[in-house]
Amino acid sequence: MSDIIEARGLVKRYGEVTALDGLDLTVPEGTVLGLLGPNGAGKTTAVRILTTLLRPDEGRAVVAGIDVTRDPQGVRSRIGLSGQYAAVDEHLTGFENLDMVGRLYGLGRARSRARARQLLERFSLAEAGDRPSKTYSGGMRRRLDLAAALVAEPPVLVLDEPTTGLDVRARQEMWDVIRELVGGGATLLLTTQYLEEADQLADDIIVIDRGRAIAHGTADDLKSQVGGERVELVLRDATDSRAAFAALATVATSEVQRSESGRTMGARVDSGQHALAQVLRQLEEARVEVVDIGLRRPTLDDVFLELTGHVAEEHEQTDERELVGTKEGS
Amino acid sequence: MTATLTRPETPRRSTTPASVLSDSWVIAKRNLIKIKRVPEILVFILISPIMFVLLFAYVFGGAISVSGSPEGYREFLIGGIFAQTVVFGSTFTGAGLAEDMQKGIIDRFRSLPMSRAAVLIGRTASDVVYNVLTLIIMALTGLLVGWRIRNSAIDALAGFALLLVFAYAFSWVMAYVGLLVPSVEVINNASFIVIMPMTFISNAFVPLETFPTPLRVFAEWNPVSTVTQAARELFGNTSPAAVTSDPWSLQNPVLYTLIWTVVIVAVFAPLSIARFRRTSA
Ligand SMILES: Nc1ncnc2c1ncn2[C@@H]1O[C@H](COP(=O)(O)OP(=O)(O)OP(=O)(O)O)[C@@H](O)[C@H]1O
Ligand SMILES: [Mg+2]
Repeated sequence: MSDIIEARGLVKRYGEVTALDGLDLTVPEGTVLGLLGPNGAGKTTAVRILTTLLRPDEGRAVVAGIDVTRDPQGVRSRIGLSGQYAAVDEHLTGFENLDMVGRLYGLGRARSRARARQLLERFSLAEAGDRPSKTYSGGMRRRLDLAAALVAEPPVLVLDEPTTGLDVRARQEMWDVIRELVGGGATLLLTTQYLEEADQLADDIIVIDRGRAIAHGTADDLKSQVGGERVELVLRDATDSRAAFAALATVATSEVQRSESGRTMGARVDSGQHALAQVLRQLEEARVEVVDIGLRRPTLDDVFLELTGHVAEEHEQTDERELVGTKEGS
Repeated sequence: MTATLTRPETPRRSTTPASVLSDSWVIAKRNLIKIKRVPEILVFILISPIMFVLLFAYVFGGAISVSGSPEGYREFLIGGIFAQTVVFGSTFTGAGLAEDMQKGIIDRFRSLPMSRAAVLIGRTASDVVYNVLTLIIMALTGLLVGWRIRNSAIDALAGFALLLVFAYAFSWVMAYVGLLVPSVEVINNASFIVIMPMTFISNAFVPLETFPTPLRVFAEWNPVSTVTQAARELFGNTSPAAVTSDPWSLQNPVLYTLIWTVVIVAVFAPLSIARFRRTSA
């Protein structure tokens, strides 16, 4: 398998800010690379360099065998980009947007039109296709933007945070579309702040923070770096927080992490089943009531926390809900 | 999501004069669709010149007397209002580009294997359409308030064409500004600050005799004066007696205006295209 995207030592500075600080990445043909990082990590900067929108200060990037700085036009005819903010023309209809992009790829009139209709159909936009895209919902715009990236069926696709700002259903739909693309053999670079998204879609994940890659591997590799299972619990009453903390601490092999409210907590443990039983026993004795308790395999959230020392931003406030959502693991 | 996809042949990637033209046409068409979809813009474009013609004709019309023009100030005025309005039309070019930059559409274009120049060529070309519409409306309003074309139709058309060509050149200036400061508000203010003095320190609204000397010299060589002068001559709105003491620029307004037009395009088109190409943003 040959690498269809290869970047070495990318550096980009904006005055004092170093947006990229020697980033390396490779994407083998037909695979999906997830570039995972919090706000300001440098994801968009990397995407802009790979798609010829930005010149790196240092380093080299080759896409589909072509150097991005030496022959940007050559790269452009082999990539499809869907940027972080949907770049659709709101005054044009969905059809007109796609038709225009087709013409600008050089597909010619007849083929551009046929392709536009085909893509509208495929992205469930056929009905809205002749309405100005100003009237589209956020999810529809995002799909239209992705469709625009696919107009010329480029061998390489670059999607910058394709699901940020979408609700759960729209995100699921977007995931389905992306999976279908991957099934069709596309090579894809995808950035995301959602650890779950990288887990779901990517073959290979690079975690970046402050312009550097801080970890690399499959989702499983990364999870095993964090290792072990966790006991997670949610209390009915926050006043029991101290007792529950003590119970968890007796089995924990890591620090016990506790949410702001004190109702949710979790810790890494060694032999999960025994640890869980022991915690349950202690909680029983202390008459502490839990609404949820269970064993959980580490998620990429844990990986992120482990690697960067800080939680991926979106997730900080939601950690209670997240833990409740892992009931099936108990 | 059931349609099957056929893989098209590898798209073209080299830029030829034909591809520049066809890309420019695609961009121009896209800009023109906006006129259709946002009728408010059109209304604004058409109402403000009507207002200008009426205000000047009736507010100043009686107060200022002009000897060079057979029908007095009103007839003198029309050429000036035409010139000012089409020059102001270039603001649309800058503002349109700025808006596209802000909305990320320019990034979409930049990521496509299209001609780099086409985005700007298409933009400046489609803005000519705005000016054509404006000129038609202004001419009709002018006719209503007593303006007349006193030359042949060919001469008059040449007058309109010169106005359009000069405005076209000016829209390359605003294209450059739009790429430098991609903010619609800034562009609107900037164009006001530059274009307002340019059009007022000219013969567009008042005869040059009334100016103090330094301003008069500036005004005499100001291309807005010469395009106005040329339009007046071509419409037959000047009397031959009035031009004897004028400097070369006003003696040969068509040629002088065309020289400016060529120089502006020769400087600002390459500057803008180079700016557009620069991929740091
Ligand atoms: N044009 C610019 N001028 C100055 N600084 C910039 C510019 N673009 C990006 N930066 C800085 O570079 C760093 C990386 O930004 P980048 O947009 O690549 O992050 P990101 O990972 O895409 O973040 P997000 O998830 O918020 O989109 C940030 O600190 C940002 O402030
Ligand atoms: Mg980003």
